[in-house]
Amino acid sequence: MKVFRNLLNVIKPNFEKGGKLEKLYPAYDAFETFLFVPDHTTNEGTHIKDAIDLKRTMFMVIVALIPCVLFGMWNVGYQYSIASGESMTFIQQFNFGFWKFLPLIIVSYAVGLAVEFAFAVLRGHQVNEGYLVTGMLIPLTMPIDVPLWMLAISVIFAVVIGKEVFGGTGMNILNPALTARAFLFFAYPSWMSGDKVWVQNASVDGYSGATILGDLASSMNWQSLSGQWSMSDMFFGTIPGSVGETSMLAIILGALILLFTGVGSWRIILSTFIGGYFMAYLFNLWGYNELMSTPAHIHLMIGSFAFGAVFMATDPVTASQTNTGKYIYGFLIGVFAILIRTFNPAYPEGMMLAILLMNIFAPLIDHYIVQANVNKRLKRATL
Amino acid sequence: MNQKKEALFSKKNKKLITDPLDDNNPITVQVLGICSALAITVQLKPAVVMSFSVLFVLSVANVVVSLLRKFIPSRIRIIVFLVVIATLVILVDEVLKAYIFDVSKELSVFVGLIITNCIIMGRLEAFALGNPPWKSFLDGIGNSFGYAWILIAVAFFRELLGSGTLYGYPVLEKLGIYNIGYENNGMMILPPMALVTVGLIIWVQRIRNKKLIEPK
Repeated sequence: MKVFRNLLNVIKPNFEKGGKLEKLYPAYDAFETFLFVPDHTTNEGTHIKDAIDLKRTMFMVIVALIPCVLFGMWNVGYQYSIASGESMTFIQQFNFGFWKFLPLIIVSYAVGLAVEFAFAVLRGHQVNEGYLVTGMLIPLTMPIDVPLWMLAISVIFAVVIGKEVFGGTGMNILNPALTARAFLFFAYPSWMSGDKVWVQNASVDGYSGATILGDLASSMNWQSLSGQWSMSDMFFGTIPGSVGETSMLAIILGALILLFTGVGSWRIILSTFIGGYFMAYLFNLWGYNELMSTPAHIHLMIGSFAFGAVFMATDPVTASQTNTGKYIYGFLIGVFAILIRTFNPAYPEGMMLAILLMNIFAPLIDHYIVQANVNKRLKRATL
Repeated sequence: MNQKKEALFSKKNKKLITDPLDDNNPITVQVLGICSALAITVQLKPAVVMSFSVLFVLSVANVVVSLLRKFIPSRIRIIVFLVVIATLVILVDEVLKAYIFDVSKELSVFVGLIITNCIIMGRLEAFALGNPPWKSFLDGIGNSFGYAWILIAVAFFRELLGSGTLYGYPVLEKLGIYNIGYENNGMMILPPMALVTVGLIIWVQRIRNKKLIEPK
């Protein structure tokens, strides 16, 4: 740590007022406060002081994502070894996935942070730390085979159109990570859906690497699928899918970290699962197509439902702010996710669209909750 | 009454043409005529045809209404506008059907909807009703060009990135970009990207033109 401090102290004068690189001060500031507790004090207004500032909050989410990242890496290798028929040891599988997944992470961070820094320097404000989490979430929601330049374009789109045009971190109405995924989904659908993209090199020997949702959407019977994938496969996540979404276990571990540190809202997570279960259960009673007759608890375990509920829906910027609002917001996400899944086979992954939709409605929900409270209190007041 | 004759292209008159191109652009500043900008900008060809149609309808309608302006009772002026515009639009529609049927089919209902294009109604009401024919004509030309360049700019990017062609010519294929793994962006063909593209144009325009930024 001493080394960093000394290094920073040496280069600091260059970035301060009058220095050669004065314009790049936001970039310097970002690195300094990333490594050390800021040494300056606030000089206006009243602030609540707490050890867990925005950067540490974001860092907790990264910690919570670690199980998903590690498991995702291993699963990439595992799925590959099944598809190709190569026998690989556990370590080999992990290594394989690690080297496949690492470029996605690097591209996501490099491109996203470059855009963030460019905006910070142009606008002369501090670099927002929001991208720390977004940069990790984006590759986790991608199929492993996605070309890197497509990933880069969707990251630029998400940061510029999803975030910076609204004023940067904390001002965006849409979840930036999901904006990136939605952009890719609509721009290059052949890389984001179907049965060829979820497993590395799935196309080589005609191995079907379809996700469970994909199979169900193409009217494959649930009974026959449950022969192929057991419940524990779905729970532990040894199934094809986007890198981070497959394992319930890893997601639950992450959820526990988020809930224990108070970073994620349990109201949203709980109500999302309730909403999803409720809707899926209703459809079970109807049972019109294969997706409808899939048992409700299975619906919550396949696709990105759990990942979305824990890591995407709880994004504090784009979710509802009021407690009652959070219940409504989460419940409707669950309902819409299942609704989109079952009614539109072209979009088997309804979770992404459901969260983006509710992101847009979150301020409206809050507005009515606050207004209802105001009205209630006005009635009580004696004027 | 000002009896002094004004030159045909006096400074004031020139401004009638140049103003709508940037400072007072009908699409990016007044946010009128957005629907057609979203609907027919997937390809350049329909966008160009649409621009010419609006050019014709707007400039002629402006002159006609300006000539009639002293005789139009103000209570029924909107209906008179509609009659004038509708006549012109039907003319345009018939010409398109006769000579470039494929484009006419592509534009489909949007030719007819020129009638409801807010730019035309807006210029008639705001300008032609109170100005002499020549000025109204220039105003019509200016606003049509202001509309046209945005339409064509949006269509340029949407066609190039969405279909890889320009005016139907496969530019990217000829350049051999597909061979190195490039793919067309399907999102550009969808209507939301027209909105985003218009938004980006507004963004660039406001960075360049400080006059457009509202005082805080």
